[in-house]
Amino acid sequence: MSTIAAEVNDHAHDDHGPAKGIKRWLFATNHKDIGTMYLIFSFAMFLVGGLMALVIRSELAIPGLQFVHPEFFNSMTTMHALIMVFGAVMPAFVGLANWMVPLMIGAPDMALPRMNNWSFWILPVAFGILLSTLFMPGGAPASGWTMYPPLVLQTGDAFPFLIFSVHLMGISSIMGAMNIIVTIMNMRAPSMSLLRMPIFVWTWLITAYLLIAVMPVLAGAVTMLLTDQFFGTSFFLAAGGGDPVMFQHIFWFFGHPEVYIMILPAFGVVSEIIPTFARKPLFGRDSMIYAASCIAFLSFIVWAHHMFTVGMPLSGQLFFMFATMLIAVPTGVKVFNWAATMWKGAMTFETPMLFALAFVFLFTIGGFSGLMLAITPADIQYHDSYFVVAHFHYVLVPGSVFAIMAGVYYWLPKWTGHMYNESVGKLHFWMSTIFVNLTFFPMHFLGLAGMPRRIPDYSTQFADFNLIASIGAFGFGLSQLIFLWVLLTAKKGVPATDAVWDNPEGLEWTVPSPAPFHTFDTPPETLPLLKQEEAHA
Amino acid sequence: MLRKLALFLPALALTGTANADWALNMPTGVTELSKETHDLHMLIFWVCVWIGVAVFGVMIYSIFAHRKSKGVKAEQFSHSTLVEIVWTAVPVIILLALAVPTAKTLIRLEDSRDPDITIVATGYQWKWHYQYQDEDMGFYSSLSRSSLEARRKQSGVDPFSVDNYLLEVDNPIVVPVNRKVRLLLTSNDVIHAWWVPELAIKKDAIPGIINETWFRAEQVGTYRGQCAELCGKDHGYMPIVVEVVDEDAYQAWVDTRKEDAPRLAAR
Repeated sequence: MSTIAAEVNDHAHDDHGPAKGIKRWLFATNHKDIGTMYLIFSFAMFLVGGLMALVIRSELAIPGLQFVHPEFFNSMTTMHALIMVFGAVMPAFVGLANWMVPLMIGAPDMALPRMNNWSFWILPVAFGILLSTLFMPGGAPASGWTMYPPLVLQTGDAFPFLIFSVHLMGISSIMGAMNIIVTIMNMRAPSMSLLRMPIFVWTWLITAYLLIAVMPVLAGAVTMLLTDQFFGTSFFLAAGGGDPVMFQHIFWFFGHPEVYIMILPAFGVVSEIIPTFARKPLFGRDSMIYAASCIAFLSFIVWAHHMFTVGMPLSGQLFFMFATMLIAVPTGVKVFNWAATMWKGAMTFETPMLFALAFVFLFTIGGFSGLMLAITPADIQYHDSYFVVAHFHYVLVPGSVFAIMAGVYYWLPKWTGHMYNESVGKLHFWMSTIFVNLTFFPMHFLGLAGMPRRIPDYSTQFADFNLIASIGAFGFGLSQLIFLWVLLTAKKGVPATDAVWDNPEGLEWTVPSPAPFHTFDTPPETLPLLKQEEAHA
Repeated sequence: MLRKLALFLPALALTGTANADWALNMPTGVTELSKETHDLHMLIFWVCVWIGVAVFGVMIYSIFAHRKSKGVKAEQFSHSTLVEIVWTAVPVIILLALAVPTAKTLIRLEDSRDPDITIVATGYQWKWHYQYQDEDMGFYSSLSRSSLEARRKQSGVDPFSVDNYLLEVDNPIVVPVNRKVRLLLTSNDVIHAWWVPELAIKKDAIPGIINETWFRAEQVGTYRGQCAELCGKDHGYMPIVVEVVDEDAYQAWVDTRKEDAPRLAAR
């Protein structure tokens, strides 16, 4: 075991403690402070985006139009998606990376602390701009988060603000990703080889490369929209010789890797948690890393499976179908590895483990519907129906969001120095799990029965399942207030030990709880053993 | 809201019992390819179910049997090359087996050669226009009046009292049974998509591009669908109704349509 000089060093650097008041946050360069801000921001956005989801589910609870006009309904679906994708899920993972990557690799901070500050503070500005479009003439963007032209060009005054805010989100993500790559590549403890890095760090490294590869593509796509609208170009306008479908190709070349940007760090979190509570090494550690890399590579050659109905040539459809089916192989490997990690372990079921297990089950259901969607003739039926809505909500809510919550419960005692309230945490878990299924499972049936997505009103044969989904959505929304309560009372629990859990793996558990403001001022000389090494020691 | 909900709940209960056949699954449809699509859907569904039973079975067993509270001691194995090769290879084999029938259906789905009838469907915000190529005849098809009145915000009309609420049009398209109908799809403004589940057809109608698709309905009847690509505020209000009739009825319909054409044009 390494001896950690963190506390000793802390005393030697008293003048480097956190600044007082607002300055601490405005000028923050400390990875822990910035991580905290990312997490708080993403939770706030999660609640805002959730409120919009509840507007949608209120309108859809029963047939007929009761509360909002169709245009505002479309704004809600658009804003809900943009906020959840760019404001809630992505910043939450960046927050976890900020907090945990330096602690996990034995680095004193992120490699580029001032850029770190900038990449966070761009976000409130970006979302301030995006949310302000709700009050603009012509309303908020209502063309779906996919921003397909020509429809998106019918947006009112909000249009340039939409483009600008997407640019800002992209800049923030790219800077965050660069920071993470430079940190991981240059600041690991000297004895930490690449293959010895924690899985969470690995998945984030891969994710960061994906971000750098595709966020500029999105920026290019929305810039072309901007010039089509204001500077007389016709990239996507058929009347000027352009091609509306080209936008979709460019968008999904960003969009599909984006999907994995939101799930790979989740894989990492879950791969940290399950071995801890199964008291057993992660099964197939190396193959987990290869599988994640494989998924990342495949994500670049499957984009057009989002576009099987646009009229692609047959050869194109066949290629994208086969490539998409291939993704099931590395994804399957990951699920099998998690199952094998649980097998013959000695499991306990604290809140992080419960969320991680629910992740494996429910993400797999989303994976199954994903495999179904790869079957092109069937996809033509599923496409743009509620079946797709069910599919991507299964991988995003009990997928990514549950993994984030699992991670928060797992590392919260390390952040605050106190155990959260376990029984309230479990209540949060069970409420969330029951209601998330009540919300999204009936949507499979709705889609198969023929209900298109993004409609504010529907034919009466869809009434029953829509009502069930709406009840589920309100239940899920209210359950998150329990989470808020857990977080607000996080510092009231019993003090946490340094290890927090029963012999967890990794450097982060060798520093005190709460983790001091500065950790690893000098890199750890030796690394704690991996569980698989302990077994052979 | 609550009062409204209270009004609707008995209605829901009624519909729930009245049509015991809650639509849970994809319709089998009325074309050869819709049946094939449905079969593929069920095939992949059952493949997923069986994989799910195996994987979830292992996990659920493990959750109950391998828990610390039972006093078990965790084993410490961390890899097995054989097992890992098996669970990489087996999915590959399953996928290959799935890929063959899927590709076959897809190839047939894309073969719209030698049609008996060609109809050009043009998407507008928010209605469809159908042009019968061989008959030199065309018309607009929009949401029916009864749905139009009921759909307004707080219209006071119970959607359950409207026949085929939001799925009825003023002018349905009529096609003959057992004839190959080719649809050419395009749009006048933004992207729309033409979707009728029973015909297993969904294709985007894109400005500046002409997409083609086809169907051969084997059963007389009325089949309903909707625009499937978000196309603006009334995206939810541009349904599609296809009436499949026998040959004579089709000819009679074409004749009356043509007679009506000048009157309709003047309107």
